[in-house]
Amino acid sequence: MLDSLLALGGLVLLRDSVECEGRSLLKALIKKSALCGEQVHILGCEVSEEEFREGYDSDINSRLVYHNLFRDPLNWSKNGKAFPEGPLGALRALCRRTDPGPVTVALDSLSWLLLHLPCTILCQTLHALSHRSSCPDSSSSMERVRVLGLLHEELHGPGPVGALSSLAQVEVTLSGMLSQTSANILYRRPRQRPTHQTQCFSILPDFSLNLQGMSTLESQPHPDPPTTQADPTAHLTFNLRLSEKEKEAKDSLTLPFQFSSEKQQALLCSGPGQATSCIFYEPDAYDDLDHEDPDDDLDI
Amino acid sequence: MFPELNNLLNTTPDRAEQGKLTLLCDAKTDGSFLVHHFLSFYLKANCKVCFVALIQSFSHYNIVGQKLGVSLTTARERGQLVFLEGLKSSVDVFFRAQEEPHPLQFLREANAETLQPLYEFVREALKPVDSGEAAWRYPVLLVDDLSVLLSLGVGVVAVLDFVHYCRATVCWELKGNMVALVHDSVDTEDEENDVLLNGLSHQSHLILRAEGLATGFCRDVHGQLTILWRRALRTTAQREQILTYQYKIQDKNVSFFARGMSPAVL
Repeated sequence: MLDSLLALGGLVLLRDSVECEGRSLLKALIKKSALCGEQVHILGCEVSEEEFREGYDSDINSRLVYHNLFRDPLNWSKNGKAFPEGPLGALRALCRRTDPGPVTVALDSLSWLLLHLPCTILCQTLHALSHRSSCPDSSSSMERVRVLGLLHEELHGPGPVGALSSLAQVEVTLSGMLSQTSANILYRRPRQRPTHQTQCFSILPDFSLNLQGMSTLESQPHPDPPTTQADPTAHLTFNLRLSEKEKEAKDSLTLPFQFSSEKQQALLCSGPGQATSCIFYEPDAYDDLDHEDPDDDLDI
Repeated sequence: MFPELNNLLNTTPDRAEQGKLTLLCDAKTDGSFLVHHFLSFYLKANCKVCFVALIQSFSHYNIVGQKLGVSLTTARERGQLVFLEGLKSSVDVFFRAQEEPHPLQFLREANAETLQPLYEFVREALKPVDSGEAAWRYPVLLVDDLSVLLSLGVGVVAVLDFVHYCRATVCWELKGNMVALVHDSVDTEDEENDVLLNGLSHQSHLILRAEGLATGFCRDVHGQLTILWRRALRTTAQREQILTYQYKIQDKNVSFFARGMSPAVL
């Protein structure tokens, strides 16, 4: 279910495309987290803070902490306002956060980070981010931080996308035309088989999720819906099998060019019912008739 | 500007939207008529225009502009137009003292990793002048085109960073507009160009795509234009509006018509 994506911790990968953008879904999931009382940290690389906060009301906006990598990510202006260590430093700073309580981190977008950082370092940092331990000296298990990452899948090759996909606990691929948007959701729960669902949804102007129909397919990461195969032996214009009578008739048929003993007898003695035939020949003056038997020297 | 294209885009020079990135792309045809349209459109809208022209000379754009009713020479003289003529100033890179950064500095470098000098040029050209009264309405950056930067050896991430910074400065900070042309390499599999085109498509608000006809050259229909408005999912209107028209380029105008409705075949 699309609205239970946030129940699991770990990395949630939102894969969108030019035809079907995913930032609205990201904002809808952020709103859900904020409504649950969590704090949400957003690493914004692609849109300005105003554009990102647009559409949220004030109490949700108060729970969002926007780390601005849009204005000057590479420190070109050199006015001291940019992150001193660049995008990687900003990402690592999120790992070192010490706020208590559950927290959601939204990366807008992972594509931007993947274009500017080596894939291995990004994957290691993401893994550290989503398995963060809140207090190193406490005996509690590692706190699961929820990480939402937006990925534009046409911008990267299969290698980096596959690496991020294998890190993700949930992978949502958006597709759809015009008014119908659907999400293919792949769950990777630990020690369980991956499960797959497809859900149609729409997003309302206030970034609430409006869920529509859903279908579930178990244990198939990349399924085709199983179609019932038509029986190819139905509705034929010819027989595939023989009845008993037909089998007997077939077995008792003598083939025309098969030389059996009956045929030999029939050839050697001309049967009683056969009409004898004669040839009458009148030789003319130029014929050279030889009355010797040309087969005389044959030893039959 | 072409009045019929304004009607299709539902815009006029007086009430154009601000803070938008428009992506022009062409496939199997020449989409430069769209560049001429937007150049004359924003000059008529009384905007301050910075034109990074890497493909043609100034006189080429001026001649076409005069057919569309704008004079680039006049606009440049009165400060409305800042024109970077790539063909001419690329030679200056080699004959200048090396301490002074040139916008096309990347031509001197073996592996151009950054287009920061070009961005600084744009920022300097479009920064608001403290003259008391606002002479021009809003700044506009026009780039013709971005694919040639890839051909000149700039990496695709550097070009995307340049567009990012221009967008942050021109569209967000100065509330202006940006228009850029990218060629679509349909037959040749150019991965870097595809990444550039897709990356810019994700950031654009409006995408105009000119394509040649699949059946080849035609005297009466020169190509097909697809207009794509990228809106967020949450608008109650249609999520994305896609319109397709065919066009014919004439001497001073471009006429648009629905597919199959060319006057020549009706």
